[in-house]
Amino acid sequence: MLRNGPKPGFTRRDLLRAGLAGPLAARAAPEKSKVVIARDASLRGAGGSADSGRVLKLLDRAVQSFYASDSPLDAWKKVARPGEVVGLKVNCLSGRGAATSTVLVDALCERLQQAGIRQQDIVIWDRLNSDLESAGFRVTSRKDRVRCVGNDASGYDTDLAVYGSAGSLLSNTLAKTCDAVINLPVLKDHGIVGVTLALKNLFGAIHNPNKYHTNAGDPYVADVNMFPAIRRKVRLTICDGITAQYEGGPSYMPQWSWPYNGLIVARDPVALDQTGWQILERKRAEKGMKPLRALNREPVYIATAADARHRLGTNDPNLIDVVEV
Amino acid sequence: MDRRAFLQGLALPCLAARAADPDARYTVEARYYEKLPYKKIKCKLCPRECVIDDRERGYCGVRENRGGTYYSLVHSRVCAAHVDPIEKKPLFHFLPGTVAFSLATAGCNVNCKMCQNWDISQFRPEQVASNYLPPRDVTGVARQYRCPSIAYTYSEPVVFCEYVLDCAEAGRAAGVKSVVISGGYIQEEPLKELCRRVDAIKIDLKAYSEKYYKEVVNGELKPVLKALATIRKQGTWSEIVYLVVPTLNDSDEEFRGLARWVKTELGVEVPVHFSRFHPEYLLKNLPPTPLATLERAKAICDAEGLHYVYIGNVPGHPAESTVCPKCRRVVVERAGFTVQAMHLDGGKCRFCHQPVPGVWDGALRV
Repeated sequence: MLRNGPKPGFTRRDLLRAGLAGPLAARAAPEKSKVVIARDASLRGAGGSADSGRVLKLLDRAVQSFYASDSPLDAWKKVARPGEVVGLKVNCLSGRGAATSTVLVDALCERLQQAGIRQQDIVIWDRLNSDLESAGFRVTSRKDRVRCVGNDASGYDTDLAVYGSAGSLLSNTLAKTCDAVINLPVLKDHGIVGVTLALKNLFGAIHNPNKYHTNAGDPYVADVNMFPAIRRKVRLTICDGITAQYEGGPSYMPQWSWPYNGLIVARDPVALDQTGWQILERKRAEKGMKPLRALNREPVYIATAADARHRLGTNDPNLIDVVEV
Repeated sequence: MDRRAFLQGLALPCLAARAADPDARYTVEARYYEKLPYKKIKCKLCPRECVIDDRERGYCGVRENRGGTYYSLVHSRVCAAHVDPIEKKPLFHFLPGTVAFSLATAGCNVNCKMCQNWDISQFRPEQVASNYLPPRDVTGVARQYRCPSIAYTYSEPVVFCEYVLDCAEAGRAAGVKSVVISGGYIQEEPLKELCRRVDAIKIDLKAYSEKYYKEVVNGELKPVLKALATIRKQGTWSEIVYLVVPTLNDSDEEFRGLARWVKTELGVEVPVHFSRFHPEYLLKNLPPTPLATLERAKAICDAEGLHYVYIGNVPGHPAESTVCPKCRRVVVERAGFTVQAMHLDGGKCRFCHQPVPGVWDGALRV
């Protein structure tokens, strides 16, 4: 999850090379965090819903660009290896409309399987079974297909994870079942903490998210993301911006939603949040709305996540390489 | 009552109810909230005043917005129940020597780093094992186990106040009193309603500094002080517990400030208990409170003129006993949670006839 952290699939030689080259390179110029924004103005069919074929192509384009790969499968092989259990952390609290798109998740499952991940090794998960169902996912724990399960069914680990101001139990799906997690937040506003993107979506991995919304989520969002299992297992974030929402979140408010028709991909969750936040601020300005700072809900936790105590990534625009494809 | 007996007693009604709708029986519309546009609500139960979106819950985790209507999810949803000595609460001037049927639901509106019961207070109701225990059954169990009072305790009764109010009403009708053990982080209107229905309230005053409340409790001091004053004005019997945490809330200035505030705003007759801290939850890095610190706190409050200052969580300490403020003789002798001798007649010292405030009618005769 650290932006300079090793990727899965690396060899001992790669590790040593990275270890030696890293500090030298850092002295020359700090490595930038890459954030890919892929958009498709023709993503939607005649009825206005996202076309599954085009979503798959959009996903391919985004991930290939992010990993600089010649094919989508090469890119996915850098995310997870066959035999690993891969969790897809969706965002379903607000039900259909403001949840991670099932079309996107279907596309992701298809590509992961083509990259060698067995379908029974893919787990779609969020806080509650009822949330997953309300977002259009079919809850199932059958082990011969892609699983889909809420934390309320899978339960929580018994060890208290503690960092800074946060102390929580982690969902068993994250703590025990999954080897790797792909984080799938939605590009949207949040009425208390400003925006809910990569960092905030991991509140769905803990038993007590209600305790951590005070002070616009600062420093709690950053602290929760410091829990070792989260840092170790979340390998990629794909922010669903097919439909984005710039006000009234996290509930679905169609009057403040718009077809952004895009995906935002990054390994650095802070860089992704910084980028996504600015997209929402620009949309707010375009609509004549006040910036989040004026409403006392600027997502300052993003800066906290980047500070010397957390180092979860960078929020410095000069150190974020935004690639639009 | 042990856990097995409690579960056996509840097994049949629980199974019968589960056949219908497992969660509906725990869900009642919340009493204190305001509806806002776009199906949002503002909770008016505690000073936090959470603004909650549809399908979301407040800080306490036990009250949920469903389509613009706010619900308590913990009515009759009991996750802990025991028969405890009233001294364990602690309430020292309320029916000493008796036992209280003590119960809790999940949830709390603060998040104290030293919480001893975090495994229920910091969880959502569906995350802990619970039993269905409607108010009439609470009264029945209390009477069955000869408890003259029901104690709402362990977690935070403020967050299950609808249940407390209903139980207290049922209890009063059956001659069973109610006591609330709370952090006192509550708004005035629900607090006044509680005062009308219950017989005693013990407030955990976590510290006498806003800094501590902000950093350790995740709450605020000012509303708690206001709540203490309100309880006193309402005439409900109240006692204060102050858990002394080494290095965090154990300065002379705080003890003195607390004593002076109690003396000025509540009166010297309100009992104050200084309790020993044990490392727990998120404060495992600190040692138990040294006895000398507790004795220092008591000495400061005694010197400021408070009449009833106790030391808690130190079984066998002389400061567990109640001393007559006039003749200085022991009028209620305690050892741990046990009352060993009572020298009160009609609420007066048997030796010098000095009135000792409290609720004594119905206390155990020793």
